[in-house]
Amino acid sequence: MSHMSYREALRRSLQEALRQDPRVFLMGEDVGRYGGTYAVSKGLLEEFGPERIRDTPLSELGFVGAGIGAALGGMRPIVEVMTVNFSLLALDQIVNTAALYRHMSGGQFSVPLVIRMATGAGRQVAAQHSHSFEGWYAHIPGIKILAPGTIEDARCMLAPALRDPDPVLLFEHTVLYNMEGEVPDECRVDISSARVRREGSDVTIITYGGSLPKALEAAETLAAEGIRAEVLDLRVLRPLDDATIMASVRKCRRAVVVDEGWRSGSLAAEVMARIVEQAFYDLDAPLARVCSEEVPIPYARHLEEAALPQPEKIVAAVRTMLGA
Amino acid sequence: MRQSKGIAHHAPPPPTGPVPYDQEFSQVLLRDMLRIRRLEEKSAELYGAAKIRGFLHLYIGEEAVATGALHALTPEDNIVATYREHGHALLRGVPMGRIMAEMYGKKEGCARGRGGSMHLFDADARLFGGNAIVAGGLPVAVGLALADSMRGTGRVTACFFGDGAVAEGAFHESVNLAALWQLPVLFCCENNLYAMGTALECYESQPDLTAKAASYGVKALAVDGMDVVAVHEAVKAARTRIAAGQGPIFLEFKTYRFRAHSMFDAELYRHRDEVEEWKTRGPIHTFSARLKAEGKLDEAQFLALDREAEQEVEQAVEFAEAGEWEPVGDLLKDVYTPGGPA
Ligand SMILES: Cc1ncc(C[n+]2csc(CCOP(=O)(O)OP(=O)(O)O)c2C)c(N)n1
Ligand SMILES: [Mg+2]
Repeated sequence: MSHMSYREALRRSLQEALRQDPRVFLMGEDVGRYGGTYAVSKGLLEEFGPERIRDTPLSELGFVGAGIGAALGGMRPIVEVMTVNFSLLALDQIVNTAALYRHMSGGQFSVPLVIRMATGAGRQVAAQHSHSFEGWYAHIPGIKILAPGTIEDARCMLAPALRDPDPVLLFEHTVLYNMEGEVPDECRVDISSARVRREGSDVTIITYGGSLPKALEAAETLAAEGIRAEVLDLRVLRPLDDATIMASVRKCRRAVVVDEGWRSGSLAAEVMARIVEQAFYDLDAPLARVCSEEVPIPYARHLEEAALPQPEKIVAAVRTMLGA
Repeated sequence: MRQSKGIAHHAPPPPTGPVPYDQEFSQVLLRDMLRIRRLEEKSAELYGAAKIRGFLHLYIGEEAVATGALHALTPEDNIVATYREHGHALLRGVPMGRIMAEMYGKKEGCARGRGGSMHLFDADARLFGGNAIVAGGLPVAVGLALADSMRGTGRVTACFFGDGAVAEGAFHESVNLAALWQLPVLFCCENNLYAMGTALECYESQPDLTAKAASYGVKALAVDGMDVVAVHEAVKAARTRIAAGQGPIFLEFKTYRFRAHSMFDAELYRHRDEVEEWKTRGPIHTFSARLKAEGKLDEAQFLALDREAEQEVEQAVEFAEAGEWEPVGDLLKDVYTPGGPA
């Protein structure tokens, strides 16, 4: 076991990939000389040089598309987009090209591309830097969506993402970068399953990414009241691991979904729909969810906090559900 | 030059000068232009017969561009094209039958019927599509060239796109990246003067497209796209420079589409006289005339080449007709690559 931050864990995963495979390179805005917007790639330029730690112009569409081409051309590019809001400038290449290549070519071309980006709110950087669009991306067949919510996943998800022959988007929640914790010396994670992060029996709190620590905090509070909440970390937002979700819901018979996306048309809505389809008769109570309020993320601290899922809101939702 | 109020864009004078190729290669160029022409004519006919559906964009009138260009590239080079790419696929060696089967939506098609006319792919031919997002192929081409540059393969990536693509941000981002990193990309702009029904001067503040590329420090040249010789020479020279590591090149091929933009187009935006004038500069008959004048072709040989092309088309149609529909049970195939990590 070693102790490190989420940021450091991500950096180690990049370093390891770059050391192990000469086809791997990192490209994006300010990944090199600046050291990465969130300092994830700090020091990598010195070790790997400007060919493999490649600073790009402010051209999200251009360099994400170039990542697709480089992947088709035999490389294993990791493209960093500063934040998910900016990835919308590259949406065409991600959705209309990367996600479709395998299919449109009748199975002739795969795009082994990894795109990393920061997501989420909580740092008072206002509406254009704080949104959570990973649920949108999870709508698209042809790509895979990962959301590491633990230090271990931050350290270990990149390697299987790079081994994956298809495009993988990896969402790093900005409030997690400074989170610290233990990681095992050997990575043994997959990019296909959800994980129970805390065992319980009264209610399943289903969440991912930046909301995971909030859900765990809520579970701790509830435990003091005698409510045993299970916390399920989706980890992989596409494809969803229905089996693990249903197993937990069937055990606890109640579920609250926590998602930093807006409620309408959210990933939370998708998870709830699946539970209703697959485990309706195992439920003892209507499902509930805690999502972001339907407002652009405000700057002022108290309003930003009010807009987001918080441990207290999760606790309240569980209490209501249990009539406690 | 004939003056008419209806003609917004006059055709250039017909190409002159000796054809710098021997008889054999000259006839190869002619044959391939004819193959594209006959394939396209048959496609239009089959569209009318409802055998081909969806969008269908014909290359009739523009054959000299793909023909001259693709004969100047090597089989190892990468090709990225648009939705107007039947000719490019054909000359890269995709069998005509597989192109036709793709347009029929049959599983024998070069994309198993998943792509159709606009999405022809062939891994062996290093044909990376068939992209129907205007300018969508340019960033991908830059990435292919980046991979080749990092791996030292010596390949060149030729990216074909229309004049309309030059107005897209993707064009500017791509040319800038390719120039910044000195990547082996040949940007092939097929300027047929219209983006659907909007003429170049109605949508470009600077209608000289070479000026746009040149502003990124890229060598940029305009070429008579109705002259297969001019195209071939320009691409040959450009490929040599690019392969020598001298950075990307932008070639603007001035050409004209004789048919409608797609099969849904009443052609309200251009005058018949303009189309007729350009047809008199058609790349096939001007080239044939030059070859005949030089004694490199006679009428019997022309007819034989044309008959061969028509036979190839007939066989392609037979192949497509005999093809099968992919079972609906396979519908979800190839969204993801089988055998990825768990
Ligand atoms: C991004 C995008 N916008 C609009 C369209 C619709 N569209 C298809 S072809 C076309 C015209 C493109 O013109 P040009 O690039 O000159 O190519 P041409 O068809 O003349 O070969 C348009 C507007 C599209 N396919 N993609
Ligand atoms: Mg055009």
